[in-house]
Parts: sequence; C-alpha cells; structure tokens
Amino acid sequence: MIVLRDVAKRFGDHQALDGVSVTVPSHTTHVLLGGSGSGKSTLLRLVLGLMDADAGEVTVDGVPVTAATRGEIQRRIGYVVQEGALYPHLSTRDNVALPARARGWPAAAIDARVGELARIVDFRRPLLDRYPAELSGGQRQRVSLMRALVLDPPVLLLDEPLGALDPITRTELQGELVRMFRELHKTVLLVTHDVREAFVFGATITLLEAGRVVQQGTFGDLARRPATPLVTEFLKAQAPPPAMAEYF
Amino acid sequence: MRRVRLVVVLAAGLLLVAAAAAAQGPVVRVGSKSFTESYILAELIAQVVEQAGEARVERKFGLGGTGIVYTALAGGELDVYPEYTGTIARAILKDAGVTTLAAIRARMAERGLAVGEPLGFDNAYALAVSRRTAARLGLRALSDLRGHRELTAAFDPGFLDRDDGWPGLRRHYGLDFRDVRIMEHALAYRALASGRVDVITAFTTDGQLAREAVTVLADDRQFFPDYAAVLLARRALVERLPRTWAALERRLAGRLDNATMAHLNAEVDLDGRSFAAVAASFLGAAGGARAGGGERRAALLHELPALTLQHLVLVGVSLAVAVALGVPLGILAARRRRLGQVELMGVGVLQTIPALALLSFMIPLFGIGPVPALVALCLYALLPIVRNTYAGLVSLDPQLVDMAAVIGLDGWKRLGWVELPLASVTILAGIKTAAVLTVGTATLAAFIGGGGYGTLIVTGLALNDATTILAGAVPAALMALVVHALFEALDRLAVPRGLRIRARPPR
Repeated sequence: MIVLRDVAKRFGDHQALDGVSVTVPSHTTHVLLGGSGSGKSTLLRLVLGLMDADAGEVTVDGVPVTAATRGEIQRRIGYVVQEGALYPHLSTRDNVALPARARGWPAAAIDARVGELARIVDFRRPLLDRYPAELSGGQRQRVSLMRALVLDPPVLLLDEPLGALDPITRTELQGELVRMFRELHKTVLLVTHDVREAFVFGATITLLEAGRVVQQGTFGDLARRPATPLVTEFLKAQAPPPAMAEYF
Repeated sequence: MRRVRLVVVLAAGLLLVAAAAAAQGPVVRVGSKSFTESYILAELIAQVVEQAGEARVERKFGLGGTGIVYTALAGGELDVYPEYTGTIARAILKDAGVTTLAAIRARMAERGLAVGEPLGFDNAYALAVSRRTAARLGLRALSDLRGHRELTAAFDPGFLDRDDGWPGLRRHYGLDFRDVRIMEHALAYRALASGRVDVITAFTTDGQLAREAVTVLADDRQFFPDYAAVLLARRALVERLPRTWAALERRLAGRLDNATMAHLNAEVDLDGRSFAAVAASFLGAAGGARAGGGERRAALLHELPALTLQHLVLVGVSLAVAVALGVPLGILAARRRRLGQVELMGVGVLQTIPALALLSFMIPLFGIGPVPALVALCLYALLPIVRNTYAGLVSLDPQLVDMAAVIGLDGWKRLGWVELPLASVTILAGIKTAAVLTVGTATLAAFIGGGGYGTLIVTGLALNDATTILAGAVPAALMALVVHALFEALDRLAVPRGLRIRARPPR
C-alpha cells in the first residue's frame, strides 16, 4: 500500500505539490492524471525517496520514506520512465540483470530470472543480446519493465511508460500491462496525461492540476460527478470530436 | 603484506641501480646554456675531463638561460659550466660593483663555488660597422662615432633597454643617430653587408667577425663591463678531482682569445660543423679533419633514435601519472561540487603558467633532467583530463543517474558500472587532448636538461639553423599524429560497444 498524506513540495517560487493526499491499496492500480506541470512526476520521486517532501508523510507498505529507509523502500519498488532509461553501454540482458547483480545474486539465478521475465513480458530471447540502440521503442519499454520486475517488487511506479510510443504499439502494450498487473498482483501507481490510458488502467484516478488534487475517484465518478468544471474540460479535451465518432 | 614485499623489492632494485652507478666511478656533470659559444665551451670542458681519465662525463647542454643553469650548479645538479664574469656579477650576485676577478672569486667561494682562470676572451657587447664605412669615415673607436648623426643603427632587442646597453652607451659617449631600429642579432650582419644599416650590435666573439668585412669599434672610454669567459665549478669538483681540474686550467685557461673563439663559433654557425668536432679539432684530438656541413646533420640523425625514446618516455610517463591523478580528481570534483570548483580553478591556473616558467619552478624542487620535466608535463596534462572527467560525469542524463540509485547501485558500483562507462567517451577525449598537447610541450623539457626532441630544437635555435630545428620539430609533429591515431584505436577498445552503435531501424 502507498499512502501520501498532506504532502507539499516547493522548488524555489514554484509550489510543485500542495497538500496532496493519495492512497493506493495493495494489489490495485491507481492513475495520477494531469497535464504537464501538474506535479505528478514529482509525486513519484517523493515515493522513491529521490527527494524529500517539505511537509506531509509518505509511506510504502507502512514504512515511512526517509533518508534512513530509502534503500529498503527502493528495494520494494520497480520503476519505469517514459524513455525507458536503459543503459546504452549494457546489452538488454545486462540491463535487466543490473538490479539483481547489484544485490549479489549468483549468475545462474540471474539467468533463470531473465529467461522467466522474457516469457512474462513476451520479449523475444535473441533480442536479449542486443543493445538498447538496436531496439524499437516498444521493445525498449518491455526491457525497462523486465528490469523493474527482476527483483519481483510488490510495488511498481510508472511515469508515462507508454508516452513515447506510436499509437498501435501503445494500445497493444496497454492491454498487456493491464493483464500483467492483475496476474502479478502488483500495487501500481501510474502517471499519465492521457485520458484514455487513465480509463484503461485506472481502478481509481487522481486528477492533479498545478500541484493540487482536483478530484479522486473512478473514471465514472470523474465523468458523471465532476468536482469542478475543470474536470469535465480535461476529460473532454481528449475525446474524439463527435463527427469523428461516426466513423467507428 | 604484499605491498610491503613490493616496497622491499623496489628498494632493493634502487640500491642495485645506485650501486651500479657508483661502481662506474666519479662523474663530472657538465652544463651549458643554449647558444653556440656555450655549447662549444662545454664540449671543450667535457673532452678535457674525459681525456684526464679520472671521471666519466655527463653532458647536460642547452639549458635555458643563466637562471636555470646556475640554479642547477648551486643545487648540486651540475659540477661545472662556462660563464662570464659580467653575468656572474650582474645576474648571479646582482651587484654590478663586483668587478675584479678576485672579488668575484671571494663572493662565489662563500657559495661553495670555484671560478677558474679566464679562458682568454671577452664576450661583450660591441658596436660594429662595415669595413667600407670604417674606412670612409675613419672610424676606429666608439668615440669616433660622435657627430655622425646621419648613420642608421640596428640594435638587438636586449641592447636597447639594458642600462649597460644603448641608454648608458649614448650618455657615456654622447652619441646620437638619425634612425635606431630593433633587429634580431642573426639578421643584423646581413643588413650590414647589404648596406641597409651602418652600425649594428655585435658580440665580440661572433663567428661573423672572423669571416666578414666588419670592423669592431674599440671601447676606448671603457663603457662596456667585462664579460670574460671563465669556468664556474663546484668546489667539490676541484677538491675531489684535482688532476681533472688542473687539466682544465692547463688546456683551456688563457688559450682562447677573441679571434680564436670567433673562429670556433664560425666553424659551427657558418660551416655547419658539430660542437664535438670543433672542440676536438681545437684540442688536437681529431687531427683537425674538417667535414663541412654534412657532419652536424649526420650527428643529428645518429641521435634521433635515443631522442625519440626519451621523448616517448617523457610523454608516456607524465601522461600515465596525469591520468592516474586526473581521473580521480575529476571524480572528486563531480562528487563535491564546491570543492570541484576550487579544484578546477587550481588546475586552470597551472595551465596559465607559461610552460618554460613552470619548468624553471621545478628546478629548486627537483633539480634538472627528466624528473622535473616529468613533474611539469604531468601538471600541464592535468587540466584536460580533470576537466573532461568532471564534465563527463556531471552531464550524464539525470534519469540514468536516478535509475542507478533506484536499482540499488551505490558508491563504487554506481561509478564503475554506470557512470564511468557512460562518461568514457568524454574522459578519453580529455586524455587524447592531453596526450597530443604533451607531445608538443615535452619539446620544452630540453631547456632543463630533460632530453627528447626539444634537444634538437634548442640546439637549432642556438645555431639559427632551420634544419636542426626541423629535425626536432618534424618528428615531434609525427609523434603527435601517431599518438592521435593510437587513441582513435583505443577508443574502440575502451568505449563500450553499446555507446558506439548508432540507433538503426529495428527489424
């Protein structure tokens, strides 16, 4: 379970987060939805302990995120970012193995785990010996996901994981991720600006705007009982124009 | 434990080397400055010492100026070199009032140094005119120039502003010329011969004076200080090797008058003979066979392999040490940003010190020879290495750095597995820059006796001989190209394959 209570974070004059509370129950997927500058990536970085909150409290499975617990917290979290953040000097296999190697796993165990993950995320094994520069965007995100899963952490944090992909690959991966999160029983916090993606993934959604929570609930709650006109405006902005809907 | 054993082995090795050196008996280290006359005199000293048979000779020629060569003698790095009484008084004792040889001897004795008997010639400033002009105007001495305002003079740059140069001379004799211009010494004789100028500065032992239709005007009212050539030696040499010292005094003192010295200078400067051959024929050892211009060039070619090796060692060792120091310093600077700024400023300041000045600062600390040159070259090579290591590390993609933390890579693992490989292209570029720079800068090592290709460049500058300069400069340039190519090849080995692949369309 991930809990943020009244969290605030300021960068100079810019209030990135202002009194934000979010709860993600174990084994569920929660989506942070918002435009750029809404504070959603900052929130993930606070959960990871990459920076400290100015006020409020962040806990992961009951453990408060502090300088002292950072290592333990990070051990419980798999992290995926938009461009994948794969290491260009390492082969796919070595990228995936890196977290296990950092913790001193024996080589045989690492090999077995990498093979298993390739099956789970449907990644062709010959590609394991390629370098990131030799993979497509979709393949890179699969590798990034494998690396996030290699230690089998209970929590996954994904920051616009499909944001850099073409529409077809994105839709294909969306379906696979939803299935995987369910089968693997992960606690997932996913950041996106894409309303469709929020709809596909989100059991629950937090809509952020300028560092504040505008509304929390299911997609239905947001669509039918918008807390402010802004919610409707945000959802509608990404809906296909009515004239286009006729074609589907 | 293993480290202790290594130290013991190294110490034993050093002792062996020292013992081997000691077994070869006493050594006399002969120095010279970097102009023709000093080279010839030093070669004369070296050959006399060798013939005396008491000691081996080490030649440390072409040192860059009085400051360097005197500091080396005073510091025990040299045993003897040729000097001039005027220079001892003005540049070493810094007291123009010390004029007599006895007074100079007394003052130098306080410093543990001995001054030999004068060699017989005086290398002083003088003014010279063409023989034609002298005849036409009846010029014999400097006072004859008074009233000849119509003459054009060309003086070398040093002469124009030294107090014992033109300003003093002009007052002393009441001289005035219509046109006084600055001209390099080497060009002045040609300008005089072509009639473009009428009066030039000369040194009283210039080789040209022995060959050309030039008249030196006598210093009839004793303006110019005495620049009598003498041997300047450590007292220890005189006491330890009395037979050698006696041989030097017997065979050189009083044997070289102005005309003889000018003649020897001419043989090197104008005939292209080598210092060693000119010295040998003077001493009567080589039977006086004159070999002409090819002799010095042949000698140069003969030296080239040894100089190449010396140059490679200078570059290789200083670069290796600079990498061993610079990469960790760059890492430290990237980790501790505030300390890093101080550090980068420090290595930046090192870079702004002119190379020759940096080299001369090393002499009081490390003496002369390859060691101070290595230290100076290493300091010079630091900047590009430290700066590029720092720049490579601080400009890494922040997402990749964050990811390393999240993945659980800490401290050394993060550095070794992720950060250094990612920064490797930038770091190697810095090392490459340092290597190519060092090949060039190492040519200056010759000024403090460090050897290498610079030896030829320094000699060539002294002789005003382009061939000799090129014999050093061209191989140095070639070495820079080879080093560059080697590093290009090293890039393939040291930069991870994944960083060398360009993104290509996936299949």
